[in-house]
Amino acid sequence: MAIYSLKEAKQPPKSQTKAILWLKDNLFSSTLNVLLTFVAIYILYLLLPPILNWTIFDANFDLTADNQSCGREGACWSFVNANLKMFIYGFYPQEELWRVNTMFGLIAALIVLGSIIKNSQYKAHYIIGSFLIYPVVAFFLLYGGLGLEIVETDKWGGLTLTVVVAAVGIVASFPLGILFALGRQSEMRVVKFISVVYIEFIRGVPLITILFMASVVLPLFFSAGMDIDKLLRALIGITLFQTAYIAEVIRGGLQAIPRGQYEAADAAGLSFLQKTMLVILPQALKISIPNIVGSFISLFKDTTLLLIIGLFDMLAIVGAATSNSNWLGRDTEGYVFVAMVIWVILYSMSRYSKRLEVRFSTEHK
Amino acid sequence: MFIKLKSLLYDNEVRAIAFQVLAVIVIAYFAYQAFDNMMLNIEQRGIRSGFGFLNDEAGFAVNDNFFLEYSPASTNLQAFYVGIVNTLVVAIAGIFFASIIGLIIGVARLSSNYLIRKMATIYIEVFRNIPILLQILFWYSIALNAFPSPKNSISFFDSIFLNSRGLYLPKPLMESEFYLVIASLVVGIISYIFIKKQSNKKHDETGVVTNTTAYFLGLVLLLPFAVYLVAGAQLEYPVLKGFNFRGGLDLSIEFFALTFALSIYTATYIAEAIRSGIESVDNGQKEAASAMGLTQAQSLRLVVLPQALRVAIPPIINQYLNLTKNSSLAAAVGYTELVTIFSGTVLNVVGQAIEIITLTMLVYLTISLVISLILNIFNKKMQIKGK
Repeated sequence: MAIYSLKEAKQPPKSQTKAILWLKDNLFSSTLNVLLTFVAIYILYLLLPPILNWTIFDANFDLTADNQSCGREGACWSFVNANLKMFIYGFYPQEELWRVNTMFGLIAALIVLGSIIKNSQYKAHYIIGSFLIYPVVAFFLLYGGLGLEIVETDKWGGLTLTVVVAAVGIVASFPLGILFALGRQSEMRVVKFISVVYIEFIRGVPLITILFMASVVLPLFFSAGMDIDKLLRALIGITLFQTAYIAEVIRGGLQAIPRGQYEAADAAGLSFLQKTMLVILPQALKISIPNIVGSFISLFKDTTLLLIIGLFDMLAIVGAATSNSNWLGRDTEGYVFVAMVIWVILYSMSRYSKRLEVRFSTEHK
Repeated sequence: MFIKLKSLLYDNEVRAIAFQVLAVIVIAYFAYQAFDNMMLNIEQRGIRSGFGFLNDEAGFAVNDNFFLEYSPASTNLQAFYVGIVNTLVVAIAGIFFASIIGLIIGVARLSSNYLIRKMATIYIEVFRNIPILLQILFWYSIALNAFPSPKNSISFFDSIFLNSRGLYLPKPLMESEFYLVIASLVVGIISYIFIKKQSNKKHDETGVVTNTTAYFLGLVLLLPFAVYLVAGAQLEYPVLKGFNFRGGLDLSIEFFALTFALSIYTATYIAEAIRSGIESVDNGQKEAASAMGLTQAQSLRLVVLPQALRVAIPPIINQYLNLTKNSSLAAAVGYTELVTIFSGTVLNVVGQAIEIITLTMLVYLTISLVISLILNIFNKKMQIKGK
């Protein structure tokens, strides 16, 4: 009588082991797939060599080389090195650079602090500190006053200016955006009408026309003696623009709140202000946080438009640096460098917003 | 009396009215102040006001001009029209290419092929996170440096030329013969649509599928071509004269760089919209389609895509609007569209900032309103009925 005994399992055939199986499944599973693989390889063959040659293999990494000795077949990275200060600080005076560095350092410190006290009782203090006190400190650091030498805003530029404009745009447009979002949801017809017209008007025109409006037309609205700073005009334009977008994002959050919440707040006898501040807004803002971050990402992208009205953000520095006769014709290096810096910032912001989306999603799955 | 007043004070409706009246007064006050200052400033600086400047001679040449009559002797109003046309041309060209690239990349992101999928993802992550203005300037500088000088132009069949000044195409001479060709094209398209409708009807009634590809080739492509040969219509070819090409249809390098950058950038958003549209279609739909015996292609064309597009098209239309608005960045490279011509050159000559920028904004507002109207109609049409 045959007794059943457990046989040892056979090894899978060679064609079914890891690497080969993976290749088969992912690259050569069907005729079409094989074809696609070859198309992809051909595209890579066309694109990669010139890009790699220019940025790495033919490039000159000698950081002291000048424009002539660099050669023209590849990138000349000493251009970036030589102009690095300008890319970061613009035309800020050399001996005052520590002030800009302090400002950046404070931002970093605030971010670190924020992640430490995420859930502690000092959260409210932290938010007030970073959104109300920090901007004032940063202003005195950058502009001067209180014993510091005054640095006019036309000296500001580069990454510093980009960060300043983005930060002011964010901080100033946020409360205004909330107001317009509430206005659009309001039952008061006049208020609603004004909000809708404002939001739809701003969203219907390109930012560049608003910047033109702010830089050329706005001064006409003030009495002749008042000379408004060019940067301030741009900031007003950017804030007006960003407000409309933030308002729409927050309106999305407001609409997502069930009617019952409003009714419960009414039933509990809360006044309009209490209802809005204690019940509606906390929930609405929480829902809209990922989209708010998304809107800030586009604001950050839009700061490059400052170059069109003659402010020297990071992108405009490329033009300024290459118009120097020592570095003629190195625009491409400049654009690639700026693109990389901005890309890193934007990519990390968009990753962050994706993470927030997951964290804040209370949807039942 | 006092109690009545007090109850009025706490009456919600009364409060609402009071608040609104207050808001209107505050806004009206600021508007009046601004207007007052503005009139004073305009008077002091000696700026003209009103729209009389539109009838003045423009006095400048434009690089790109597609359909309209324009010369430096034309009026500012004509320059304004040229600007609008050029904005629309670059927007339509950008929308066309962005849609094609976006569709390909969006489908590629869901491909089962690892390499294709990863390449599509990298494409999206790279180009989405670089500001569009930077991309425009980058491609412009690449095109200026990488394309040859007019003397060494890259030529295709000796009739299409590409160099660092632009792309030169043969241009149809708009004479009676050419109108015949266009007329035959229109006739061809209309009769093809008719045949297609007939075959669809037949398919609905009897289930017999007729292949209409041959009709398409014959009516839409061959017929106009035959008429072109027979009628003897002529094309004007670009010819190298001195330092540059003359004649033919000329697309400037600025137009080229702008369209390229706008398409590449907007395509990333369109690709994402298409991907999320396809992902939104329930898996059961695909399974049901294959259970009914539809082939992979049929299932995609008849079941998945119609449902995916319902989700994908509203964001795509929004992206079309964004692309149109972003075309205003042409000012940075000098492609002569609305903002460059009108808010740039005309503003510098005339100096009437308020009128000029308001007109510019009105054009974009109109475009936005038209596009959101289309979007609303689409949403109404696409609403799932019977639920």
